[in-house]
Amino acid sequence: MTVVAEVARSRELLGNLVQRELRGKYKRSTLGWAWSMINPLALALMYTFVFSFVFRAGSPVGAHGLKSFPLYLLIGLLPFNFLANGINGSMGALVANANLVKKVYFPREILIIAQVLSWDVSLLIEYGVLSVVLLVMGNLVIPFLPLVLLLIVAETLFVIGIGLALSVLNVYFRDVQHFVAIFLQLWLYATPIIYTYSFFRDHVLAVPVPGKVPTHHVWNHEWLLWLYKVNPMVGFSNSYHALMYNLRFPVWTDLVWPVVASFLTLAVGVRVFRKLEPRLAEEL
Amino acid sequence: MTSFGAVVPAGSRKGSEDIAVRVENVSKRFRLYHERNQSLKAAMLRGGRAKYDNFWALKDVSLEVPAGSTFGLIGQNGSGKSTLLKCMARILRPDAGTIDVRGKMSALLELGAGFHPELSGRENVYLNGSILGLSRKQIDGKFEEIVEFAGLSKFIDTPVKNYSSGMYVRLGFSVAINVDPDVLLVDEVLAVGDENFQRKCSEKFAELRDSGKTIVLVSHGLDTVRTMCEKAAWLEGGVLKDAGTPAALIDKYVETTHVDRVATQGGGSRWGSGEIVVTKIELLDGDGNPTLWVHTGDSATLRFHYLAREKVKRPVLGFGIHNLDGVHATGVNSREAVAPESVEGAGYIDFVAPRMPLTAGSYDVTVAIVDENNLHTFDFQTKAMRFDVGRGTPSEAEGVFAIDGLWKFE
Ligand SMILES: Nc1ncnc2c1ncn2[C@@H]1O[C@H](COP(=O)(O)OP(=O)(O)OP(=O)(O)O)[C@@H](O)[C@H]1O
Ligand SMILES: [Mg+2]
Repeated sequence: MTVVAEVARSRELLGNLVQRELRGKYKRSTLGWAWSMINPLALALMYTFVFSFVFRAGSPVGAHGLKSFPLYLLIGLLPFNFLANGINGSMGALVANANLVKKVYFPREILIIAQVLSWDVSLLIEYGVLSVVLLVMGNLVIPFLPLVLLLIVAETLFVIGIGLALSVLNVYFRDVQHFVAIFLQLWLYATPIIYTYSFFRDHVLAVPVPGKVPTHHVWNHEWLLWLYKVNPMVGFSNSYHALMYNLRFPVWTDLVWPVVASFLTLAVGVRVFRKLEPRLAEEL
Repeated sequence: MTSFGAVVPAGSRKGSEDIAVRVENVSKRFRLYHERNQSLKAAMLRGGRAKYDNFWALKDVSLEVPAGSTFGLIGQNGSGKSTLLKCMARILRPDAGTIDVRGKMSALLELGAGFHPELSGRENVYLNGSILGLSRKQIDGKFEEIVEFAGLSKFIDTPVKNYSSGMYVRLGFSVAINVDPDVLLVDEVLAVGDENFQRKCSEKFAELRDSGKTIVLVSHGLDTVRTMCEKAAWLEGGVLKDAGTPAALIDKYVETTHVDRVATQGGGSRWGSGEIVVTKIELLDGDGNPTLWVHTGDSATLRFHYLAREKVKRPVLGFGIHNLDGVHATGVNSREAVAPESVEGAGYIDFVAPRMPLTAGSYDVTVAIVDENNLHTFDFQTKAMRFDVGRGTPSEAEGVFAIDGLWKFE
């Protein structure tokens, strides 16, 4: 694969670009790295308030009787934020670096990959802190972390794939990012993050319909559930929850489909990028 | 090229018949959009992308740049020089044809290098270095030299958005040449630097050329091309018009392109009573052929055509020559010349310069016809004609005049 070879040859540049992104992100504020924790914490507080106190939803039960809505929420929310930030960042990457793209040659994919990797660093830090909190709460997550890392690698490929496709589209149509912003909102609600998967399965999809034949209802429910799970983020989220909250191995479909989907997305993203890339310097 | 060509290592090819840049039948098309509204919403309403016209900025261009040579690209504004250079640099992808560049390439395009405005000079040097394929260690080793050459040690930690355009170009140029490229592409950058920096650049070019590097240079400074390049190509409207040695090519270029300049020329003023007027001024070369281009040291004639509407007694013709900076180079008149008692009708007066003393540059001619005592002006025209002088003998004369004389070494 020529893409991989070319990117590998430019890894020095890739490292520099990631560093540059990180420095830009954290240098600006005196709080530095701590700042990146505040956003998810504020979100977690807000959602906890809304769901636990306003709606009085019970917290899901985890391993060893762990019951904490904020922890459950953060386990799903942090990787989703990674997805959203990675996609948004990628979409701006080519336009923000127009000066480079128009003046020097290098494999342009690097800009998107660097952008996503820089958000990976943030995710790793956030997940690191979260793991410490989980340990303090008595959840021994350590043996499950290697698998979590593998999932993050897969999700990274997924985000790079989407980022590659959307970044070039955004050069040709500058308003793509507005549509994507709306889509990302919907995507959050279509993923078990602020609610649990079992809640959705048992209470949203399987609402008993009076006067209907139960068999039909069961078929209907299965079919919708499959459709729901086409969204790879459902599998990712379920797996992260299983590994970190419940301390058990995920259901195998929740592992296999997201990984397969990631590779498919990456392949499509690379093709779209390659197709639209030649005119990049003149369209910017 | 022999089949061994590919095995010859970069840098040791000087004098061989190797080709460093091979451009074959390259065409490049730009899209000129009818509306600049690039939005998905508009596209969906319209049912497709915005309509556009095709514009061919390069049409079937083929040329070869020999390894180790300095190659000039000339042509008028919009002729496709920058486009061709960007295609060589792989920034633009040609729509047809191929471009082969052998060895490591480094490019410095118009208006500076690809810098990130928010980053400091130092960070940009590292970023640009790694784009050009250098490792951190390699850049560490060259860093001092780069900053030294750019003369920016005081500003190296300032964000480049605060640089002046000259400083920007200096740093870009410094990075581009210090990464040790085999092929250096340079577009119109020398014009921005101050005189000191331009001299440093010229020296660096000479040094690179001597060490067998290939340089492709786009410039409107015809003298730069003439003195620095071994070969040159001339683009017009995206088509390769001609290629060859710079001297011959530039002469041809100037002759062709200056015709329309004179036609469109203006800006001078004119007054006088009009009994006798200068109708036309011609510049003739040594063979008596009209031209707009002579070389220092060549024989040249200024021919002033006049029309006397009535009999005019002993008119005196004078002309002055200014360079474009407005420096009055010379002014002479025919008062002491052998002249007829009176003139009437059409005729011409020649002024013969056996050896053109003006140095390279463009000059404006001001002409006047007055009476014998310089009390009455019949016709006075400022900037009546413009002509060019190219480098000749002596080729390195400076100032407005090359003083006539001989060197003697005892
Ligand atoms: N991105 C672009 N989109 C559309 N047209 C372009 C684009 N870039 C260049 N052109 C057109 O291509 C033609 C050639 O431009 P180019 O910049 O190569 O000219 P040039 O020879 O370098 O001129 P100059 O001497 O002014 O630098 C011009 O007519 C220009 O308008
Ligand atoms: Mg140009």
